[in-house]
Amino acid sequence: MIPTQFEYVAAKSLDEALSLLGKHKDDAKLLAGGHSLIPAMKLRLAQPQVLIDISRIKDLSYIREEKGQVRIGSMTTHYQIESSDLLRRICPLLPETATHLGDVQVRNKGTIGGSLAHSDPAADWPAAVLALDAEIVVAGPKGERAIKADKFFVDLLTTALEQGEILREVRFNTPQGTVGQSYVKVRHPASGFAVVGVAVNLSVNGGKCQSAGVGITGVAPKAYRASGVEKALQGNALDAKTLSVAAAHASDGVDANTDLFASGEYRRHLAEVYTRRALGTAVSRAK
Amino acid sequence: MDDLPEKKDPKRKPKSGMSRRNFLKISGVSAVAPFAAPLIAATSVLEVEAQAATGMQGPGKVPVTLNVNGKNLNAQLEPRVTLLDALRDQFELTGAKRVCDRGTCGACTVHLDGKAVYSCSVLAIDAQGHQITTIESLSQDGKLHPLQQAFVDNDAQQCGFCTPGFVMACKAFLDHHPNPTMEQIKHGVSGNFCRCGTYAGIRAALMQAAKTAKGA
Repeated sequence: MIPTQFEYVAAKSLDEALSLLGKHKDDAKLLAGGHSLIPAMKLRLAQPQVLIDISRIKDLSYIREEKGQVRIGSMTTHYQIESSDLLRRICPLLPETATHLGDVQVRNKGTIGGSLAHSDPAADWPAAVLALDAEIVVAGPKGERAIKADKFFVDLLTTALEQGEILREVRFNTPQGTVGQSYVKVRHPASGFAVVGVAVNLSVNGGKCQSAGVGITGVAPKAYRASGVEKALQGNALDAKTLSVAAAHASDGVDANTDLFASGEYRRHLAEVYTRRALGTAVSRAK
Repeated sequence: MDDLPEKKDPKRKPKSGMSRRNFLKISGVSAVAPFAAPLIAATSVLEVEAQAATGMQGPGKVPVTLNVNGKNLNAQLEPRVTLLDALRDQFELTGAKRVCDRGTCGACTVHLDGKAVYSCSVLAIDAQGHQITTIESLSQDGKLHPLQQAFVDNDAQQCGFCTPGFVMACKAFLDHHPNPTMEQIKHGVSGNFCRCGTYAGIRAALMQAAKTAKGA
């Protein structure tokens, strides 16, 4: 399978990419790691006339912490996140999520920004950024805006990105105090995508849950924050009973996907079981 | 017997005088098909990078320079040509295999700057300025690389079609994990499929190659 013909341009800067995107509008697609886009182009599901390669923009590839915030450039690869000592220290949820993502070849080339902008319903990153209550920073012709993660994922393969905008950065407050995080998933045996993936970010004080972030992917057309689970944890002692009661809310109000691999009912069941496990692991790590 | 001279000549050419590969080159890929061996140019990596970063290219053929196994190779390619197709169809480096062609099976694995990637999901034009390493570079002076030898010693292939991709994935893994555990191996080379099911042999080969590397 061969994609339709297109013009290729490697943008040298974000400004150049924005101006190219403004010029070519819907005819153009942004190329990051290419591991979703290029297969889609081969199947001719995507037929851009212009491909703007933003993966070479060095200013979009970074992981840093400043002023109490973690900032990750959109063209940072999964591998860079997986192997980041800084993140392992201050936010191990992200390296752990990266470890579960695709396989080594995908992690070497694919980027966090590309994955988020694609908004695959079974991608891993959306769960993690939802659990971290992250902001997605996008640059556009009128400047920048920050979108809360739970407003960023709109629907199947649809985000709050508007025409002419480029995902620039993921940022979130550095987890403070006693924190427990985890990401667990049921991995599709062939694709490696999440049949169900649950990311948990807990803040604990005196054995009680101070705040909870729970992001779930794979279950619904878009990843979501499991607010029912979060509310059931808030202020409560993190014992096994609380975790079980909370996990029962994992797919509240969600229209679960059914496909050849798993029915909606099975996905709901998995969501509850894996939420309970993710919570248990996060609590055991909260030290 | 005299009327069958072709049978006696082991070097005989196909009657058309053209191999399937050359035919593919002229028909689909190029009007100025390079019948000669791949051209070796003296373009520096920096020049290539600068070239890749100037303005719109395509949709027709554009000059592309790839640094493959330490040599700069030139071709005229449309931007839509993948690194895999460029290696196979333009440079006769047919070790990397085209199987799923969608970044799942790993048969097309090559190294980009020392890291394993799916060459079917990387555009050739986007691979410019990177060091590309293929299976063809592993054996030296007719001697198998210790990892290749370990594959032979451990029966780590059956039909062999996935093997070049597997060897490259294993090579990148070993370069980053010189003392691997079995758990690390299972996770670290999970991007390749073998439908003959030679995984146990491949894992044993990796362990052997790691030991050989330490002993050497």
